[in-house]
Amino acid sequence: MSLSRSLLQGASSLAAGTVFGLGLAIAQMTDPNKVLSFLDITGHWDASLLFVLGAAVILSAATFHIILRKPSPRFDSRFHLPQSALIDARLVTGAAIFGMGWGIAGYCPGPALASLGFGNSELFWLLAALLLGMALQAWLDRVSYPKARLDST
Amino acid sequence: MTDFTPVSALVGGLLIGLSASLLLWLNGRIAGISGVLGGLLWPGSGDRAWRGWFLAGLVLGGGGYYLVTGVTAPIRLGFPVYLLLLAGFLTGFGSARANGCTSGHGVCGLARLSLRSLVATATLLIAAIATTYVVRHIVGVSS
Repeated sequence: MSLSRSLLQGASSLAAGTVFGLGLAIAQMTDPNKVLSFLDITGHWDASLLFVLGAAVILSAATFHIILRKPSPRFDSRFHLPQSALIDARLVTGAAIFGMGWGIAGYCPGPALASLGFGNSELFWLLAALLLGMALQAWLDRVSYPKARLDST
Repeated sequence: MTDFTPVSALVGGLLIGLSASLLLWLNGRIAGISGVLGGLLWPGSGDRAWRGWFLAGLVLGGGGYYLVTGVTAPIRLGFPVYLLLLAGFLTGFGSARANGCTSGHGVCGLARLSLRSLVATATLLIAAIATTYVVRHIVGVSS
């Protein structure tokens, strides 16, 4: 890959990441109590998270439809899309375990990382354990399927 | 307890959608945070640079907002550390197992009309709602 292309990829990734972090902060998804107030449907329910997700999905669905008709992205030779359409026990158990973690503390990975930006000390504990959890699944994959390559979204 | 804030939720959501669109349009990549992070950490992926820049931007955007606007950052006090550790472990393990999280399946996967991501998103939402109920109303932890 040429130097200018890798610079362009780096710059566009930095820009996209910054916009993502800003979006999370503006939507107050960096506040775990805001997230838990959405998940706690029996309490004083706060529907904000549904609006965040809805706006993000609707805009992305419209742009993805246009973008994916192009032969390639601007700064790469091809699109890197998840190939799996499999709906199996692994997907469902993974999503359920993920949801349990999200429901305990109110952090999913995006807000957890974005909240590092204002030095929230809760995240040092949470992210250390998160990396450990990811490492355990990666290790299990290595043990069970030595040659399989994770097709991560 | 927090109040419903539809306008900031929509603005924030549109920015998240814009970010996912930029990353796909420019680099051909999916803005799924757990996937971006996982690929940065494990040996074997030769595409670490863009992942690092994206996550650096995420931290910069999250922190920069409070710095620039002067809005008080939401810091929760007194939440039990053992629950932070348990929560982190389960989200890390589960997102790696499901190959995606709230952003990868919930935003990008739904936007791609993936049935797999719809099943994942519905499952994680139901599990999260049930767990929050148990933690807040049965165990009695809230802050």
